[in-house]
Amino acid sequence: MLNIKDLHVSIEGKKILNGLNLSINKGEVHALMGPNGSGKSTLSYFLSGKDGYEMERGSIDYNGKNLLDLEVDERANEGLFLAFQYPMEIPGVQTSFFLKTAINSKRKHHGLPEIDALEFAKLIKSQAQELDISPDMLRRDLNVNYSGGEKKKQEILQMSLLNPAMSILDETDSGLDIDALRIVSEGVNKLRNKDNSFLVITHYQRLLNYIKPDYVHIIADGKIVKSGDFSLALELEEKGYEEISKTA
Amino acid sequence: MAATEQTIKQVNKLGNSDYKYGFSTDVDDIKPPKGLNEDIVKYISAQKNEPEWMLDWRLKAFSVFNKMPKPDWAKLDIPDIDFQDYYYYSSPKSLKDKPKSLDEIDPEILKTYEKLGIPIKEQEKLAGVAVDVVFDSVSVATTYKKQLSELGIIFCSISEATKNHPELVKKYLGSVIPIADHSFAALNSAVFTDGSFVYIPEGVRCPVELSTYFRINAMNTGQFERTLIIADKNSYVSYLEGCTAPMRDESQLHAANVELVTLENAEIKYSTVQNWYPGDSEGKGGIYNFVTKRGACRGNNSKISWTQVETGSAITWKYPSCILQGDNSKGEFYSVAITNNRQQADTGTKMIHIGKNTSSKIISKGISAGKANNTYRGLVNIQSKASNSRNFTQCDSLLIGNECGAHTVPYIESSNSDSMVEHEATTSKINEEQLFYCMQRGLNSEDAVGLIVNGFCKEVLQHLPMEFAVEAQKLVAISLEGSVG
Ligand SMILES: Nc1ncnc2c1ncn2[C@@H]1O[C@H](COP(=O)(O)OP(=O)(O)O)[C@@H](O)[C@H]1O
Ligand SMILES: [Mg+2]
Repeated sequence: MLNIKDLHVSIEGKKILNGLNLSINKGEVHALMGPNGSGKSTLSYFLSGKDGYEMERGSIDYNGKNLLDLEVDERANEGLFLAFQYPMEIPGVQTSFFLKTAINSKRKHHGLPEIDALEFAKLIKSQAQELDISPDMLRRDLNVNYSGGEKKKQEILQMSLLNPAMSILDETDSGLDIDALRIVSEGVNKLRNKDNSFLVITHYQRLLNYIKPDYVHIIADGKIVKSGDFSLALELEEKGYEEISKTA
Repeated sequence: MAATEQTIKQVNKLGNSDYKYGFSTDVDDIKPPKGLNEDIVKYISAQKNEPEWMLDWRLKAFSVFNKMPKPDWAKLDIPDIDFQDYYYYSSPKSLKDKPKSLDEIDPEILKTYEKLGIPIKEQEKLAGVAVDVVFDSVSVATTYKKQLSELGIIFCSISEATKNHPELVKKYLGSVIPIADHSFAALNSAVFTDGSFVYIPEGVRCPVELSTYFRINAMNTGQFERTLIIADKNSYVSYLEGCTAPMRDESQLHAANVELVTLENAEIKYSTVQNWYPGDSEGKGGIYNFVTKRGACRGNNSKISWTQVETGSAITWKYPSCILQGDNSKGEFYSVAITNNRQQADTGTKMIHIGKNTSSKIISKGISAGKANNTYRGLVNIQSKASNSRNFTQCDSLLIGNECGAHTVPYIESSNSDSMVEHEATTSKINEEQLFYCMQRGLNSEDAVGLIVNGFCKEVLQHLPMEFAVEAQKLVAISLEGSVG
């Protein structure tokens, strides 16, 4: 699915990713944990194609294609989804209209006709309900005056509507209370299947109790310093980042 | 590539080939020679079989025009206009004998309207919109006339009104925009060719949106429409105006005058979507649009509301205004102005508060891309007798790229201490993070820009009638797209 080799990336001359290797297969859930400033968001933005990064070295293969050949929207329509750490507010754009536009962009990319209005209404209603998002919310402007938790749920709603092959969740758990955390995790778990993959970025082991990862990686100073299974997350919780990085 | 950078590139690609409405119809024109003189004024009047009083009015206007300087205070780079180099009257030949029904209309003309997306026949069937179409200078077809006339509503061309309702025309024509107001007003009064006339009688709420599509077809024709709308006591009407012109290398001149009058408790809602040919990416060709639109709230508790979406023309010079004479009268101005490439727009409004407890609201959204310049120029004038009056003004500018400009020029004059004027203005660049977010959800950069700009304009667009709003949203996106695909 996604194969990152020896990735070196800098911003404004400052080196952020420093020889990062990561390989994610179909059907796998990988957790990426690391301290603030270790380069987690940089990795997710860079993979999504955000502007302003300089890649010095490395390669990224996405489903047999060179990811770097694809524009931001092409990557998205080819199934790469980023749940933003800080989702953007779009004033004047109704949430449901935005969702429909996104769905239709993807359908167009795949040569499908626009979604039928009734079908869309049903789809959005059921998906929103599962995430405990009120219909009222869908009529409001996208993310404008949403609480932190509501924004994160909105990201997961978009993810489930777009049904991506490769989802990156950037600290989706931060700012969520325990109920929201459970709802969001259930949303992710429902999407999990043998054909899609997840990269779950988090600070805390807490989330991983709900979304059980197949692999856990620890990132420090822009590279992965240790990889393991779920037990690594538990070990990390016990010892802290510094200790773990040292033993790497 | 940065999304904005990409947008700028696409925007720059906008050559004249991208103007969707740039086709011209092959019909034989009847034209007098080029040029502006007393004979042309007489010719126009004679072509229209006008009564003596109308010809006199035109000639008076023409002599006023000759004595006036051109207005020069707008922040526009206006090339010298050679008034002798235009045709002042053009009428498709087959309309010499005015058609009695749509079936008699030259199929070429009907095709033009179809390309414009306004199949008259469809619209006739589609309930809700009565259309008065102006093709160059002659009103081609007026639909819905019968249903409207049963309510006593008069909706016809101004030429017809001059003949059939002279008392109304004499009373109101030039009563809001005096001949001597400024040179383009005088010019229009002298050589106006056609336009719409609406009269809503006392107590009648017009059940449909009245609509006019203007289109400039013949080459080098100055189009001078004259529109007059009167809402008698306790009446209401919503009026829509749409404009398109084919592309030409030479610039065309357009100087319309629109006058609105509301009597006691009456309301007029006037909406415009203007997408005249803006010229090519170097600024060649395109329409010079010098429009005077003014409404008078003559009666107490009356209301006039202007909503405009301006995306076309090489030069736009336009300030739909309200004269709030009646006590408690209200004026509103909602505007979206988009300029791209080398377009120049200088637009805004004038709110003149004369009556007591009058209020006005101005919401202006200016979007500039390419090398375009966009100026909001607004006057709020509160006179000494307008006690307890209010104005609220909000002007927001959005810039796409680094080479365009936005300017906000508010003039506030208050001679009344218990009145209140509020002005808010913002200028921002299109947000890269928002563009990235939208594109991460699969929208291409053009769609992302369109979506964000439409969101920016929502406060204005939501004042358009439903069927118009959808069209306007598409137009907003198209005019910034530059090139699709
Ligand atoms: N636009 C930027 N310009 C300069 N430095 C940046 C920029 N974005 C992030 N950084 C720096 O890159 C490092 C990694 O940031 P980030 O990827 O956000 O970390 P994390 O998500 O792991 O907390 C930090 O030191 C941060 O300050
Ligand atoms: Mg981060």
